[in-house]
Amino acid sequence: MTHVTSQLDGRFRAAAADAGLLDAAYDLVDTPIGTLLVAATETGICRISFDPEPEWEVEQLSRLLGTKILRVAKPVDEARRQLDEYFERRRTEFELAVDLRLSAEFSRRVLEELAKVPYGETTTYGALAVRAARPRAARAVGTVMNRNPIPIVLPCHRVVGSTGSLVGYGGGLERKEQLLRLEGALL
Amino acid sequence: MMEAMAVPPFERFYVEHRDVVFGFLVKRVGRAQAEDAFQETFLRALRGWGTLRHGRHLRAWILTIAAHVVFDSAKSPPSNRLLQGDEGAAEDGLPAYAELAHLADELPPTERAAVVLRYGYDLPYAEIGAALGSSEDAARAAASSGIRRLRKKERWT
Repeated sequence: MTHVTSQLDGRFRAAAADAGLLDAAYDLVDTPIGTLLVAATETGICRISFDPEPEWEVEQLSRLLGTKILRVAKPVDEARRQLDEYFERRRTEFELAVDLRLSAEFSRRVLEELAKVPYGETTTYGALAVRAARPRAARAVGTVMNRNPIPIVLPCHRVVGSTGSLVGYGGGLERKEQLLRLEGALL
Repeated sequence: MMEAMAVPPFERFYVEHRDVVFGFLVKRVGRAQAEDAFQETFLRALRGWGTLRHGRHLRAWILTIAAHVVFDSAKSPPSNRLLQGDEGAAEDGLPAYAELAHLADELPPTERAAVVLRYGYDLPYAEIGAALGSSEDAARAAASSGIRRLRKKERWT
Protein backbone atom coordinates (compact mmCIF):
# COMPACT_ATOMS: atom_id res chain seq x y z
CA MET A 1 0.00 0.00 0.00
CA THR A 2 1.35 3.41 -0.99
CA HIS A 3 1.09 5.90 1.83
CA VAL A 4 0.57 9.62 1.50
CA THR A 5 3.60 11.43 2.95
CA SER A 6 2.92 13.82 5.81
CA GLN A 7 4.27 16.61 3.64
CA LEU A 8 1.75 15.93 0.87
CA ASP A 9 -0.98 15.46 3.44
CA GLY A 10 -0.20 18.83 5.02
CA ARG A 11 -0.03 20.49 1.64
CA PHE A 12 -3.51 19.32 0.68
CA ARG A 13 -4.99 20.32 4.03
CA ALA A 14 -3.50 23.82 3.80
CA ALA A 15 -4.70 24.19 0.21
CA ALA A 16 -8.23 23.19 1.21
CA ALA A 17 -8.31 25.86 3.91
CA ASP A 18 -6.67 28.51 1.70
CA ALA A 19 -9.25 27.87 -1.01
CA GLY A 20 -11.99 28.70 1.50
CA LEU A 21 -13.69 25.37 0.88
CA LEU A 22 -14.21 24.32 4.50
CA ASP A 23 -17.16 24.71 6.83
CA ALA A 24 -14.69 24.52 9.71
CA ALA A 25 -11.08 23.61 10.42
CA TYR A 26 -9.75 22.23 13.68
CA ASP A 27 -6.51 21.24 15.30
CA LEU A 28 -5.20 20.02 18.61
CA VAL A 29 -3.41 22.51 20.84
CA ASP A 30 -1.22 21.40 23.75
CA THR A 31 -1.48 23.45 26.94
CA PRO A 32 -0.44 23.01 30.58
CA ILE A 33 -4.03 22.00 31.38
CA GLY A 34 -4.16 19.35 28.70
CA THR A 35 -4.67 19.01 24.98
CA LEU A 36 -7.45 21.15 23.58
CA LEU A 37 -9.34 20.75 20.34
CA VAL A 38 -9.79 24.18 18.78
CA ALA A 39 -12.15 24.66 15.82
CA ALA A 40 -12.64 27.72 13.66
CA THR A 41 -14.93 28.82 10.85
CA GLU A 42 -14.25 31.68 8.45
CA THR A 43 -15.92 33.90 11.06
CA GLY A 44 -13.80 32.91 14.04
CA ILE A 45 -13.17 30.39 16.77
CA CYS A 46 -16.30 28.31 17.27
CA ARG A 47 -15.22 25.58 19.68
CA ILE A 48 -12.63 24.74 22.30
CA SER A 49 -12.92 21.28 23.88
CA PHE A 50 -11.15 19.74 26.85
CA ASP A 51 -10.10 16.08 26.71
CA PRO A 52 -11.17 15.86 23.09
CA GLU A 53 -12.07 12.65 21.37
CA PRO A 54 -11.41 14.01 17.89
CA GLU A 55 -13.60 11.56 16.02
CA TRP A 56 -16.63 12.36 18.13
CA GLU A 57 -15.91 16.09 18.03
CA VAL A 58 -15.60 16.03 14.26
CA GLU A 59 -18.98 14.27 13.99
CA GLN A 60 -20.53 16.97 16.18
CA LEU A 61 -18.98 19.83 14.21
CA SER A 62 -20.02 18.14 11.00
CA ARG A 63 -23.62 17.85 12.15
CA LEU A 64 -23.79 21.42 13.41
CA LEU A 65 -21.72 23.39 10.91
CA GLY A 66 -21.63 21.28 7.74
CA THR A 67 -19.67 18.21 6.71
CA LYS A 68 -16.72 20.02 5.14
CA ILE A 69 -14.60 19.66 8.26
CA LEU A 70 -10.86 19.11 8.05
CA ARG A 71 -7.96 19.13 10.46
CA VAL A 72 -5.70 22.03 9.40
CA ALA A 73 -3.14 23.81 11.54
CA LYS A 74 -3.10 27.26 9.99
CA PRO A 75 -6.63 28.51 10.72
CA VAL A 76 -6.00 27.67 14.38
CA ASP A 77 -2.44 29.05 14.60
CA GLU A 78 -3.36 32.49 15.88
CA ALA A 79 -5.48 30.99 18.66
CA ARG A 80 -2.65 28.59 19.47
CA ARG A 81 -0.20 31.49 19.73
CA GLN A 82 -2.48 33.50 22.01
CA LEU A 83 -3.23 30.49 24.20
CA ASP A 84 0.51 29.85 24.55
CA GLU A 85 1.01 33.46 25.64
CA TYR A 86 -1.90 33.26 28.06
CA PHE A 87 -0.49 30.17 29.74
CA GLU A 88 2.93 31.82 29.96
CA ARG A 89 1.30 34.82 31.65
CA ARG A 90 2.26 37.04 28.75
CA ARG A 91 -1.32 37.73 27.72
CA THR A 92 -4.31 38.87 29.74
CA GLU A 93 -6.78 39.41 26.93
CA PHE A 94 -7.60 37.36 23.88
CA GLU A 95 -7.86 39.16 20.59
CA LEU A 96 -9.66 36.50 18.60
CA ALA A 97 -12.80 36.64 16.51
CA VAL A 98 -15.39 34.16 17.78
CA ASP A 99 -18.26 32.49 15.98
CA LEU A 100 -21.28 32.06 18.26
CA ARG A 101 -23.73 31.15 15.52
CA LEU A 102 -24.63 27.93 17.32
CA SER A 103 -25.68 29.69 20.51
CA ALA A 104 -29.24 30.91 20.99
CA GLU A 105 -29.85 34.61 21.52
CA PHE A 106 -29.90 34.57 25.33
CA SER A 107 -26.74 32.46 25.48
CA ARG A 108 -25.01 34.76 23.07
CA ARG A 109 -25.92 37.81 25.17
CA VAL A 110 -24.60 36.12 28.30
CA LEU A 111 -21.39 35.00 26.55
CA GLU A 112 -20.83 38.52 25.23
CA GLU A 113 -21.12 39.87 28.78
CA LEU A 114 -18.86 37.09 30.01
CA ALA A 115 -16.18 38.18 27.54
CA LYS A 116 -15.98 41.50 29.40
CA VAL A 117 -15.09 39.98 32.78
CA PRO A 118 -11.45 41.05 33.25
CA TYR A 119 -8.43 38.85 33.73
CA GLY A 120 -7.68 37.98 37.34
CA GLU A 121 -11.15 38.90 38.58
CA THR A 122 -14.21 36.84 39.33
CA THR A 123 -17.89 37.54 39.12
CA THR A 124 -20.98 35.56 40.12
CA TYR A 125 -23.71 33.84 38.13
CA GLY A 126 -26.20 36.33 39.58
CA ALA A 127 -24.11 39.37 38.65
CA LEU A 128 -23.68 38.10 35.12
CA ALA A 129 -27.44 37.56 34.88
CA VAL A 130 -27.96 41.19 35.86
CA ARG A 131 -25.49 42.35 33.24
CA ALA A 132 -27.27 40.28 30.61
CA ALA A 133 -30.50 42.12 31.62
CA ARG A 134 -32.08 38.97 33.09
CA PRO A 135 -31.55 39.49 36.82
CA ARG A 136 -33.52 36.39 37.86
CA ALA A 137 -31.81 34.07 35.43
CA ALA A 138 -28.74 33.12 37.54
CA ARG A 139 -29.52 29.41 37.08
CA ALA A 140 -29.90 29.80 33.32
CA VAL A 141 -26.59 31.66 33.28
CA GLY A 142 -25.06 28.64 35.03
CA THR A 143 -26.33 26.43 32.24
CA VAL A 144 -24.87 28.77 29.62
CA MET A 145 -21.51 28.66 31.43
CA ASN A 146 -21.64 24.88 31.55
CA ARG A 147 -22.20 24.75 27.79
CA ASN A 148 -19.78 27.54 26.92
CA PRO A 149 -18.54 26.53 23.46
CA ILE A 150 -15.27 28.49 23.76
CA PRO A 151 -13.94 28.12 27.31
CA ILE A 152 -10.73 29.93 28.37
CA VAL A 153 -11.17 32.51 25.58
CA LEU A 154 -14.67 33.23 26.90
CA PRO A 155 -13.66 33.10 30.56
CA CYS A 156 -16.42 31.11 32.27
CA HIS A 157 -13.76 30.03 34.79
CA ARG A 158 -14.09 33.56 36.24
CA VAL A 159 -17.72 32.98 37.22
CA VAL A 160 -18.22 31.59 40.73
CA GLY A 161 -21.06 31.11 43.22
CA SER A 162 -22.35 33.95 45.40
CA THR A 163 -20.55 32.44 48.41
CA GLY A 164 -17.27 32.35 46.48
CA SER A 165 -17.38 28.59 45.93
CA LEU A 166 -16.19 27.49 42.53
CA VAL A 167 -19.45 25.57 41.87
CA GLY A 168 -18.57 23.77 38.61
CA TYR A 169 -16.70 23.81 35.34
CA GLY A 170 -17.23 22.09 31.98
CA GLY A 171 -13.57 21.04 31.93
CA GLY A 172 -13.60 19.88 35.57
CA LEU A 173 -13.19 21.92 38.77
CA GLU A 174 -9.48 21.21 38.92
CA ARG A 175 -8.95 23.13 35.69
CA LYS A 176 -11.09 26.03 36.90
CA GLU A 177 -8.80 26.28 39.92
CA GLN A 178 -5.68 26.08 37.76
CA LEU A 179 -6.90 28.88 35.48
CA LEU A 180 -7.87 31.15 38.39
CA ARG A 181 -4.55 30.46 40.07
CA LEU A 182 -2.69 31.22 36.85
CA GLU A 183 -4.47 34.57 36.71
CA GLY A 184 -3.74 35.26 40.37
CA ALA A 185 -7.43 35.29 41.24
CA LEU A 186 -6.99 32.46 43.76
CA LEU A 187 -4.32 32.44 46.44
CA MET B 1 -27.58 1.62 9.45
CA MET B 2 -29.12 4.93 8.42
CA GLU B 3 -26.23 6.69 10.08
CA ALA B 4 -23.74 4.81 7.93
CA MET B 5 -25.43 6.18 4.81
CA ALA B 6 -25.12 9.80 5.87
CA VAL B 7 -22.47 11.96 4.26
CA PRO B 8 -19.52 11.65 6.68
CA PRO B 9 -17.30 14.52 7.81
CA PHE B 10 -14.81 15.23 5.03
CA GLU B 11 -11.94 14.55 7.44
CA ARG B 12 -13.07 10.96 7.94
CA PHE B 13 -13.62 10.40 4.23
CA TYR B 14 -10.22 11.87 3.39
CA VAL B 15 -8.34 9.77 5.94
CA GLU B 16 -10.13 6.61 4.78
CA HIS B 17 -9.35 7.03 1.09
CA ARG B 18 -6.18 9.12 0.78
CA ASP B 19 -3.74 6.18 0.53
CA VAL B 20 -5.84 4.30 -2.01
CA VAL B 21 -6.22 7.41 -4.16
CA PHE B 22 -2.52 8.21 -3.93
CA GLY B 23 -1.60 4.62 -4.82
CA PHE B 24 -3.95 4.74 -7.79
CA LEU B 25 -2.42 8.02 -9.00
CA VAL B 26 1.17 6.83 -8.56
CA LYS B 27 0.34 3.85 -10.78
CA ARG B 28 -1.33 6.02 -13.38
CA VAL B 29 1.02 8.98 -13.71
CA GLY B 30 4.12 8.16 -11.65
CA ARG B 31 5.14 9.49 -8.32
CA ALA B 32 6.37 12.88 -9.54
CA GLN B 33 3.01 13.87 -11.00
CA ALA B 34 0.92 12.00 -8.48
CA GLU B 35 1.36 14.65 -5.79
CA ASP B 36 -0.25 17.44 -7.80
CA ALA B 37 -2.94 15.07 -9.04
CA PHE B 38 -3.62 13.99 -5.45
CA GLN B 39 -4.18 17.53 -4.27
CA GLU B 40 -6.36 18.33 -7.27
CA THR B 41 -8.43 15.17 -6.76
CA PHE B 42 -9.31 15.96 -3.15
CA LEU B 43 -9.87 19.65 -3.85
CA ARG B 44 -12.37 18.63 -6.53
CA ALA B 45 -13.96 16.23 -4.07
CA LEU B 46 -14.26 19.04 -1.54
CA ARG B 47 -15.85 21.34 -4.12
CA GLY B 48 -18.36 18.64 -5.00
CA TRP B 49 -18.93 17.50 -1.43
CA GLY B 50 -21.98 19.69 -0.92
CA THR B 51 -23.80 17.97 -3.77
CA LEU B 52 -23.59 14.50 -2.20
CA ARG B 53 -26.90 13.30 -0.88
CA HIS B 54 -25.60 10.20 0.87
CA GLY B 55 -22.34 8.58 1.89
CA ARG B 56 -22.48 5.43 -0.24
CA HIS B 57 -19.99 4.44 -2.93
CA LEU B 58 -17.52 7.12 -1.89
CA ARG B 59 -14.56 4.98 -2.92
CA ALA B 60 -15.95 4.68 -6.44
CA TRP B 61 -16.79 8.37 -6.43
CA ILE B 62 -13.32 9.58 -5.44
CA LEU B 63 -11.57 7.19 -7.85
CA THR B 64 -13.72 8.44 -10.69
CA ILE B 65 -12.64 11.97 -9.78
CA ALA B 66 -9.01 10.84 -9.65
CA ALA B 67 -9.41 9.27 -13.10
CA HIS B 68 -10.82 12.56 -14.42
CA VAL B 69 -7.85 14.42 -12.97
CA VAL B 70 -5.44 12.02 -14.67
CA PHE B 71 -7.32 12.51 -17.91
CA ASP B 72 -7.32 16.30 -17.63
CA SER B 73 -3.63 16.44 -16.83
CA ALA B 74 -2.87 14.26 -19.87
CA LYS B 75 -4.92 16.75 -21.96
CA SER B 76 -5.80 14.11 -24.52
CA PRO B 77 -8.13 11.13 -24.61
CA PRO B 78 -6.72 7.99 -22.95
CA SER B 79 -3.06 8.51 -23.69
CA ASN B 80 -0.66 5.89 -24.92
CA ARG B 81 0.91 5.90 -21.52
CA LEU B 82 -2.38 4.84 -20.00
CA LEU B 83 -2.78 2.12 -22.59
CA GLN B 84 0.63 0.61 -22.01
CA GLY B 85 0.85 -2.72 -20.37
CA ASP B 86 -2.87 -3.34 -20.16
CA GLU B 87 -4.17 -6.74 -21.05
CA GLY B 88 -6.74 -6.79 -23.81
CA ALA B 89 -7.67 -3.13 -23.96
CA ALA B 90 -10.80 -2.50 -25.98
CA GLU B 91 -9.30 -0.40 -28.70
CA ASP B 92 -11.93 -0.60 -31.38
CA GLY B 93 -15.08 1.42 -30.95
CA LEU B 94 -13.72 3.10 -27.85
CA PRO B 95 -16.01 6.06 -27.35
CA ALA B 96 -14.56 9.50 -26.78
CA TYR B 97 -13.95 9.87 -23.13
CA ALA B 98 -16.26 12.84 -22.74
CA GLU B 99 -19.10 10.94 -24.33
CA LEU B 100 -18.47 7.94 -22.14
CA ALA B 101 -18.44 10.01 -19.00
CA HIS B 102 -21.69 11.64 -20.02
CA LEU B 103 -23.36 8.32 -20.73
CA ALA B 104 -21.96 6.70 -17.63
CA ASP B 105 -23.35 9.47 -15.45
CA GLU B 106 -26.65 7.65 -15.49
CA LEU B 107 -25.23 4.43 -14.05
CA PRO B 108 -25.20 3.36 -10.41
CA PRO B 109 -21.91 4.57 -8.87
CA THR B 110 -20.00 1.29 -8.75
CA GLU B 111 -20.95 0.36 -12.31
CA ARG B 112 -20.11 3.89 -13.39
CA ALA B 113 -16.68 3.73 -11.81
CA ALA B 114 -16.00 0.30 -13.29
CA VAL B 115 -17.11 1.38 -16.78
CA VAL B 116 -15.19 4.66 -16.68
CA LEU B 117 -12.03 3.12 -15.28
CA ARG B 118 -12.14 0.19 -17.70
CA TYR B 119 -13.23 1.80 -20.95
CA GLY B 120 -12.24 5.39 -20.33
CA TYR B 121 -8.84 4.66 -18.85
CA ASP B 122 -8.13 1.05 -19.75
CA LEU B 123 -7.36 -0.05 -16.25
CA PRO B 124 -7.12 -3.81 -15.87
CA TYR B 125 -9.96 -5.37 -13.90
CA ALA B 126 -7.59 -6.51 -11.17
CA GLU B 127 -6.63 -2.91 -10.54
CA ILE B 128 -10.20 -1.65 -10.69
CA GLY B 129 -11.24 -4.35 -8.24
CA ALA B 130 -8.44 -3.43 -5.88
CA ALA B 131 -9.25 0.27 -6.17
CA LEU B 132 -12.94 -0.29 -5.50
CA GLY B 133 -12.21 -2.55 -2.57
CA SER B 134 -13.69 -5.61 -4.26
CA SER B 135 -12.29 -8.34 -6.53
CA GLU B 136 -11.27 -8.60 -10.14
CA ASP B 137 -14.41 -10.66 -10.82
CA ALA B 138 -16.67 -8.15 -9.10
CA ALA B 139 -15.13 -5.32 -11.13
CA ARG B 140 -15.64 -7.29 -14.35
CA ALA B 141 -19.24 -7.99 -13.39
CA ALA B 142 -19.91 -4.34 -12.52
CA ALA B 143 -18.43 -3.13 -15.80
CA SER B 144 -20.34 -5.60 -17.95
CA SER B 145 -23.57 -4.95 -16.11
CA GLY B 146 -22.95 -1.22 -16.63
CA ILE B 147 -22.37 -1.77 -20.34
CA ARG B 148 -25.52 -3.91 -20.58
CA ARG B 149 -27.49 -1.17 -18.90
CA LEU B 150 -26.12 1.41 -21.31
CA ARG B 151 -26.92 -0.76 -24.31
CA LYS B 152 -30.45 -1.25 -23.09
CA LYS B 153 -30.84 2.50 -23.23
CA GLU B 154 -29.88 2.24 -26.89
CA ARG B 155 -27.51 5.11 -26.48
CA TRP B 156 -24.45 2.97 -26.73
CA THR B 157 -23.20 2.12 -30.16
